Amino acid sequence: MFEIFGIPSTALFGQLVLGLVNGSFYALLGLGLAVIFGMLNIINFAHGAQYMMGAFAAVLLLDKLGIGYWPALVLVPVIIGAFGIVIERLLLQWLYKLDHLYGLLLTFGLALVIEGVFRRYYGPSGIRYGVPDLLQGEQNLGFMSLPDYPAWVIAVSVVVCFGTWFAIARTRLGSYLRAATENPTLVRAFGIDVPRMIMLTYGFGVALAALAGVLAAPIYNVSAQMGSDLIIVVFAVVVIGGMGSIMGAIVAGFGLGIVEGLTEAFFPEASSTVIFAVMVIVLLIRPTGLFVRGT
Amino acid sequence: MGSRFLAVEGLQAWYGESHVLRGVTFEVLRGEVVSLLGRNGAGKSTTLKAIMGMVAKRTGSVKLAGRELSRLTSNEIARAGIAICPEQRGIFASLSVEENLELPPEVGPGGLSRARIFELFPNLGERLASRGTKLSGGEQQILAIARILRTGARMLLLDEPTEGLAPVIVQQIGRTIRMLKEHGFTILMVEQNFRFAATVADQYYVMEHGRVVEGFAQAEFDANRDKLQQYLGV
Repeated sequence: MFEIFGIPSTALFGQLVLGLVNGSFYALLGLGLAVIFGMLNIINFAHGAQYMMGAFAAVLLLDKLGIGYWPALVLVPVIIGAFGIVIERLLLQWLYKLDHLYGLLLTFGLALVIEGVFRRYYGPSGIRYGVPDLLQGEQNLGFMSLPDYPAWVIAVSVVVCFGTWFAIARTRLGSYLRAATENPTLVRAFGIDVPRMIMLTYGFGVALAALAGVLAAPIYNVSAQMGSDLIIVVFAVVVIGGMGSIMGAIVAGFGLGIVEGLTEAFFPEASSTVIFAVMVIVLLIRPTGLFVRGT
Repeated sequence: MGSRFLAVEGLQAWYGESHVLRGVTFEVLRGEVVSLLGRNGAGKSTTLKAIMGMVAKRTGSVKLAGRELSRLTSNEIARAGIAICPEQRGIFASLSVEENLELPPEVGPGGLSRARIFELFPNLGERLASRGTKLSGGEQQILAIARILRTGARMLLLDEPTEGLAPVIVQQIGRTIRMLKEHGFTILMVEQNFRFAATVADQYYVMEHGRVVEGFAQAEFDANRDKLQQYLGV
């Protein structure tokens, strides 16, 4: 063991890993928010509740149907994503042409309803969800021990985030999405079913939140308020990256997780507020966010 | 030129409370180039948009080869074989030239291949990786036309294809339209520049206050020149 700026290396690397794990959730959730805002012009305040629903769905699949973690990783995003599609068809599609405020208010109300329902049935305290057997070990890297489950979370998040970025930035489907963000009427007049694409995009964004929920279930307390605890930080991440910027959400998410982890190591009193301090500084210097050019 | 290909009857359209088209009726024969002429605000561009289902509210009949389109959504109308090159080109800033070119999906057989498009428009082939809006106005217009030629749509709607362009590009667009006519495309064009329209069109309809008020063939253009200038206020 050695010291870096007065902090024992194992403690520092441990905080870095924790920071990257948090950053993984910030990136996954921020990515979903950015995709939804970019395409639908909706600030999805229900995103934290949808993340919470993902975690609870993993718990319920195990408790009621004996379906474990690995199938849940696939099933839960599909189930909660489908729920998102129902929300989009019933409620959100009427708001696209209106001011952002209406989408924010509706999804905020939705978040309160969803959280209230779960709190009513499961109470305020958390439910345990075990780490799957395959990921209960740890790896000795020499300078630190890296537990398998956090490494898995970071790996999945990196793959999903960059896979999503690639699909949007480099594929034909992604070009449809990007074009429809600029001029949905013209894209539709070229023969592309834009309303269906928007519906599926919202479903995908919600599925990302639900996937984060399944990944979170073995780490954090699965509780009705786990989403609302996290969503404010995720909004700060998205503002820092730039609303609607896919790469901004990913880089800001992971980056701010690391900043938060390092702050916890060197100046723990500030670790819960450092992201918001960064957000204030970014808003003062570059209000559109780090990855979005001002107009 | 042959049978009736596009038939518009009693087409009305609204932007909010504003009643922009008040019963537009005209037809376009297969293989013909038809030009809609008229002053600003006459409803020419709105007519193209209403045909494509791009306006919020419309009534009336639009038939393509006998098939009624007025109840279809705009993506369904495109899939029926009509393609639009919109006013101000509609090039997407977040897409490269290549992505802009490839964006409209194929809606039928007979679209021009990439090789043929680059043969016709060599400049496009040299700028594929550039952002679409980094091209000059003339290059963007060529791109906007080229991308709908790929789709296999046989009915093309061109909205102000020469607006704001240098004479040499206007000539290139004229050559392109004449080539498309030779290849059997049917074209409905909105054009403020009636001198340009006279180099390509077979038939003219003049619009005023949301209606077609006059129609005449190319052979009657000179005989109607004075009347046309009155309608256009030139």
